[in-house]
Amino acid sequence: MTLQTSIKRNAYYDSVTLMLLSRELQKLDGVEDVLVGMGTDLNLDLARGLGLATDDFDSLTANDLFIAAKFEEDLISMQKIEEAFLETLNKSTESDGDDDYQPSSLHAAIQAIPGANMVVVSVPGQYAAAEVEDALDAGLHVMLFSDNVSVEDELRLKQKAVEKGLLMMGPDCGTAIINGVPLCFANAVRRGKIGVVGASGTGTQEVTVQIHKLGEGLSQVIGTGGRDLKDQIGGLMMIQGFEALIADSQTDVIVLISKPPAPAVAEKIYRIAKDSPKPVVIDFIGGNRAAIESVGAIACISLEDAAQKAVGILRGQPVTDFTGFSIAEEEIERLVANAAAKLKSDQTELRALFTGGTLADEAMKLLGVNYDIYSNIPLSPEMAIKNLPEGRGHICLDLGEDEFTRGRPHPMIDPQTRTDFFKSHVDGKTGVILVDVVLGFGSHSDPAGAVAASVREIRQRLSNQGKDVVVIASVCGTDLDSQDLHKSVATLEEEGILVMPSNAQAVRLTDRVMQRMIKGV
Amino acid sequence: MSVNDLFKQELKVVNLGLKSFHTDLKSQGVTAVHVNWKPKAGGKKKMLDLLSKINKVK
Repeated sequence: MTLQTSIKRNAYYDSVTLMLLSRELQKLDGVEDVLVGMGTDLNLDLARGLGLATDDFDSLTANDLFIAAKFEEDLISMQKIEEAFLETLNKSTESDGDDDYQPSSLHAAIQAIPGANMVVVSVPGQYAAAEVEDALDAGLHVMLFSDNVSVEDELRLKQKAVEKGLLMMGPDCGTAIINGVPLCFANAVRRGKIGVVGASGTGTQEVTVQIHKLGEGLSQVIGTGGRDLKDQIGGLMMIQGFEALIADSQTDVIVLISKPPAPAVAEKIYRIAKDSPKPVVIDFIGGNRAAIESVGAIACISLEDAAQKAVGILRGQPVTDFTGFSIAEEEIERLVANAAAKLKSDQTELRALFTGGTLADEAMKLLGVNYDIYSNIPLSPEMAIKNLPEGRGHICLDLGEDEFTRGRPHPMIDPQTRTDFFKSHVDGKTGVILVDVVLGFGSHSDPAGAVAASVREIRQRLSNQGKDVVVIASVCGTDLDSQDLHKSVATLEEEGILVMPSNAQAVRLTDRVMQRMIKGV
Repeated sequence: MSVNDLFKQELKVVNLGLKSFHTDLKSQGVTAVHVNWKPKAGGKKKMLDLLSKINKVK
């Protein structure tokens, strides 16, 4: 086994391109481990941690590309690895079919398209604030996808945006749909009369998808970034977006989505909701229902419920909490009985493996007090995954969190992280596996296929112990998404996976099967 | 341009960072341009701070 590295000075490629390339090179015969990256401090630390760094790494800058590989010299050479790198890189750049002029700076780009009005920023976090500031100074709206932007920078940039009447969506803003154009990770949905401001990416995606499935559409979908409703930022962008939707003639109903805000920030939102001439539906996932209702807004019990209520109000129908299933109870009971019959009495543990953080959070909140669920985003500190007793208990993971995405793409882009967790976290004690499958722009081309392949493998493994497992999924996607909702559902169902129409319903079915296994009810 | 003015215009996007976001926009026929971005000054913090100071003086 040998470790060799190759450095290409002044050759910049974005992190997702390089992480996906690393994954491809890893598949080469004879390669034990490989890392391709730019010479940023983060990547250099990662390379050192993996034992893939050489002495010349000290001279690297963020504009230098490195390929570091451990391989069997009898089977492959560094030259072959570099050739494979170039071939894969060329393929990935050819496949986007884009040979348009690429200006080298924001200002040159603004010159290149007269009337430019939105800047999408996804450069590494440490460089993002400067670019955003330039964009705002030039009078352009911003969607800031990058994370690792300081809260001080976020506050300063949002204050500037508000002063100028501009949007500054982010940092860490994954989804937005402006004027019908999906930005970053968004689903293809029809246009309509419901406007959304969301502080949580997959939560917003789930609401927009459910609105589309119910036959209505979206006027605008504004993201704020996850920290917007904390005290430090004071809800600057949610308020900016909320007021814009109130003034927007194309919006008839407004939906606000966030984890519970800081109390002082919630108060500001409630004051605006109280004076809003348009109906306001609020899902502060697990938030204060009485406070929401006291200002005349409509409170929700799930993301799906938020969509149902927004659509109901738009259609002038009475709205009530949607607590059940959109499938007949007899059919649900049949599914539960069949599922429970597959399991042995010791298969009582839940493995919820999510790619969407808000969907994982919603799952834990809906499952509630019946279960002690250990998680990397626990509902209370004592339920942190590190406290899991001897690996046994219920687990719900947000696989998109930083700890799982160091040096590898987000699991919505590359399903490999979840594939690995299927292997490491599912065993003969697992009763139910709960997953989300998120479609849409930015997402993997076939996430349902990846889940189906994992389930096939798990079933083969468990069959050696004379066991099976119940797998429940929901697909956050539409018939207009390139991955296609119906095709994705069919792929999952062919593998015997129970596919529910929403995350909330998938969680409820999980609860029913688990209760049947634990208590026999 | 206010947010409500933006809602009345054709969206025209400048993309800095992940190329795939630009590709998605082009595939939908959105007017968009991708910046051939790389960190200024090789990403060295000291140099970036200096550049920022120079720009402010300008």
